[in-house]
Amino acid sequence: MAQSAAVEPTRRDFLYIATGAVGAVGLAAVVWPFIDQMNPDASALALASTEVDIGSIQTGESVTVKWRGKPVVIRNRTAEEVSAAKDAPLSELKDPIARNGNLPADAPATDANRAATGKENWFVMVNVCTHLGCIPLGQQGEYSGWFCPCHGSVYDTAGRIRKGPAPENMAIPVYSFLSDTKIKIG
Amino acid sequence: MKTLTKSIARLTFALSLGVATATLAGGIASAAEEPAAGGHAAAEGETPHYPMIKPTLESWSFAGVFGRFDTAQLQRGYQVYKEVCSNCHSMHLVSFRNLADEGGPHFSEEQVKTLAATFQVQDGPNDAGDMFERPGRPSDRFPSPFPNPQAAAAANNGKAPPDLSLMAKARAVERGFPWFILDFFTQYEEGGPDYIHGLLTGYTDPPAGVTVPPGGHYNPHFISGPSLAMPPPLSDGQVTYTDGTPETVDQYSRDVSAFLMWAAEPHLDARKRTGFQVILFLIVFAGLLYYTKKKIWANIAH
Amino acid sequence: MAGHSTYNPQNPLLKWFEARLPIGGLIHSSFIVFPNPRNLNYWWTFGGILAFMLVAQIATGVVLVMHYTPHASLAFNSVEGIMRDVNYGWLLRYLHANGASMFFIAVYIHIFRGLYYGSYKNPREVLWVLGMIIFLLMMATGFMGYVLPWGQMSFWGATVITNLFSAIPLVGEKIVIWLWGGFSVDNATLNRFFSLHYLLPFMIAGVVILHIWALHIPGSNNPTGVSVKDKQDTLPFHPYFTVKDAFGLVCFLILYCWFVFYLPNYMGHADNYIEANPLVTPAHIVPEWYFLPFYAILRSIPSKLGGVICMFGAIAVLFAVPWLDTSKVRSANFRPLYRQFFWIFVAVAIGLGYLGSAPPEGGYVIASRILTVYYFFHFLVILPLLGLFEKPLPLPASITESVLGKGAAAVTAGAPSAPQTK
Repeated sequence: MAQSAAVEPTRRDFLYIATGAVGAVGLAAVVWPFIDQMNPDASALALASTEVDIGSIQTGESVTVKWRGKPVVIRNRTAEEVSAAKDAPLSELKDPIARNGNLPADAPATDANRAATGKENWFVMVNVCTHLGCIPLGQQGEYSGWFCPCHGSVYDTAGRIRKGPAPENMAIPVYSFLSDTKIKIG
Repeated sequence: MKTLTKSIARLTFALSLGVATATLAGGIASAAEEPAAGGHAAAEGETPHYPMIKPTLESWSFAGVFGRFDTAQLQRGYQVYKEVCSNCHSMHLVSFRNLADEGGPHFSEEQVKTLAATFQVQDGPNDAGDMFERPGRPSDRFPSPFPNPQAAAAANNGKAPPDLSLMAKARAVERGFPWFILDFFTQYEEGGPDYIHGLLTGYTDPPAGVTVPPGGHYNPHFISGPSLAMPPPLSDGQVTYTDGTPETVDQYSRDVSAFLMWAAEPHLDARKRTGFQVILFLIVFAGLLYYTKKKIWANIAH
Repeated sequence: MAGHSTYNPQNPLLKWFEARLPIGGLIHSSFIVFPNPRNLNYWWTFGGILAFMLVAQIATGVVLVMHYTPHASLAFNSVEGIMRDVNYGWLLRYLHANGASMFFIAVYIHIFRGLYYGSYKNPREVLWVLGMIIFLLMMATGFMGYVLPWGQMSFWGATVITNLFSAIPLVGEKIVIWLWGGFSVDNATLNRFFSLHYLLPFMIAGVVILHIWALHIPGSNNPTGVSVKDKQDTLPFHPYFTVKDAFGLVCFLILYCWFVFYLPNYMGHADNYIEANPLVTPAHIVPEWYFLPFYAILRSIPSKLGGVICMFGAIAVLFAVPWLDTSKVRSANFRPLYRQFFWIFVAVAIGLGYLGSAPPEGGYVIASRILTVYYFFHFLVILPLLGLFEKPLPLPASITESVLGKGAAAVTAGAPSAPQTK
């Protein structure tokens, strides 16, 4: 192309750069739908909330329901479990944040911030280990809370991580009491 | 470039030749076809109107490059669907939440919750293992009026009313030559709503000499026969509009046709909007490439 | 895919890599410096367009499979889930569905270009046969893809086309049952079609590599049909033909997008928006438009076996074209008689396409028969005889001469025709 280089080099270069740039923009715009299609679709985003009847759950019993494909445990805690959770000093906690979807993101991980508001025996939690997603077993381990069999994470009776590789307390989903015996998750 | 123009000229010639051949063949065919068509009609019951009366091209807000759905019309269409059609027809691919979609009827979230709750939806099994009914939620699909196609047929003289989710795309009346070529340029893709509108407003008394089978209703706008099982579904004043729109069969059928087009093609607005941007971009890009190509090929005879 | 490479990287890492796997040199010699005849017109951009369409179809297809469910009772609704709920699902599906049609538009132009300019002649016979294998694979892929949405036309198209094999004497019935995996088109059929629809595009990609390889041995044909004689006849592939192909491609994309965004169902069938129902056949069964000429040939023969033989024969005869055409002159530009027969043949092919969509009655059948006879007559009689009787026009001595006129070749001795680095 040595021959044409003599003719208006700047205008020519600008044309080449503009063409290349427009092509690159077009390519980038095309890539987005191919990436976004893998995000949850409209039906997954609109997934129904779940209503659970808790009237028949006795003290010391739990019920597990499926919400967004994950197990949510609803536990009617015993007085000992509640007091054990209350007595644990915040300074001993590995993760001092409540991780409660109903509270601000920086709420401290006190038992009051983990249990249902005004109904401290009721405890609702997404029962998924924050380490690598296994399902911890209930009422087991050093704190009689939850114990994850995969890699040995130990949670207390408020689902807070105390020992093991998991970094965070188990999450509390958004939920509300529709009546004394009925809660709605989601 | 010279060869390209030459080649295009040749292609045009070839196309016209092909078209001429086809027309010729078509001409021969239609001449030879007369008795065949007559025979066909005879089998259908001696109807002078079958093959059907083709739908007229109505004007739709969603036609053309800049076409968009008319939100108010879709809301009225939903009302007609809910109060009239949904008594017999299912629409099982559409969810209540879709009614809140932008580029759709665009009801508010609250309105959709209320609308959904007016339907009873089957859910379950509950802890006792039983299915139960509960009010609909936005995430539910529209419930079907009959539990299964057999029940629908049994309740409707042996003909199950078809699902309406895709009705506006599932019926196409043959356009024929040369319309199918012109349609490419005019972007005619409203054949479905045109057909539905024609059908809903097309019921008449059968002409003399035409006997309609029992349970049938004469309608020369019906695509697959002189009569259909559905009785005329609309009558003037049947649905009460709150926005002062005329309460006529013609208006109802326009509104419900538009609604069904949305139900069948819910992303039409987004499709046309994106399309305009994409094609504009490509034209600019093609222009840049054309000049780049010219620059690169300057001084090179080819 | 090209012999000589001048690729000589300076970067030590590239040098190290190139010594172990000379892929840079392969790309450089095949798509950067590869010498192309300087007089290629825009009909030659369709090779690149086809390569793009293959990639586009595979990309959109792989993504659609992430949301599609190949099951007789779920397939239809999963496609509607893509259309309604998946992010950009409507776009991806319409791109894929219309992409199939655009792929065939491009391949038909590509084939007719080859027929017009004699691109199948010595030494490009293998190139042509490989192209025909690609065409055959494309038809199989397109047909099976159309079955996947499991609408009425999917189902009945699958039924009709698989039943073609029942025309085979003695074992026909057994073959059809084997194809179906049952006693009618059903879930088993859908699943095997899905599997093959996913497999065949990669086989096409493999044959495309062979096709390009076979192209790069003699190099491209050109509008004069005269072979490349020396360096002045050619230009390096990049930037001359990359930019020309890119411009052609973007123009083609405008047409593609016109369909995708404004007429996405223009080339489809309304009946395919009705879920498959094994008990009801649609009133008017028509295959996808790209099969219509062959479908017209099938229907024009009043015998089941005869129709099937003729339809497959219509494709088979294309494979034999390099040996049926006896003329030594390649390009129709210098064959006045062949040029006219070529355009008659184009008209016949379009006419057959129109007749394939018309109802099989009355004059349509008669017209189909006439055009079917002519289709075979063109290949089996006109092509062999024309070469013997036709008096070709005088050919230019070289490509350069045809471009610049006689005696001008010397003037451009310094023209940038030699492969050079930027």
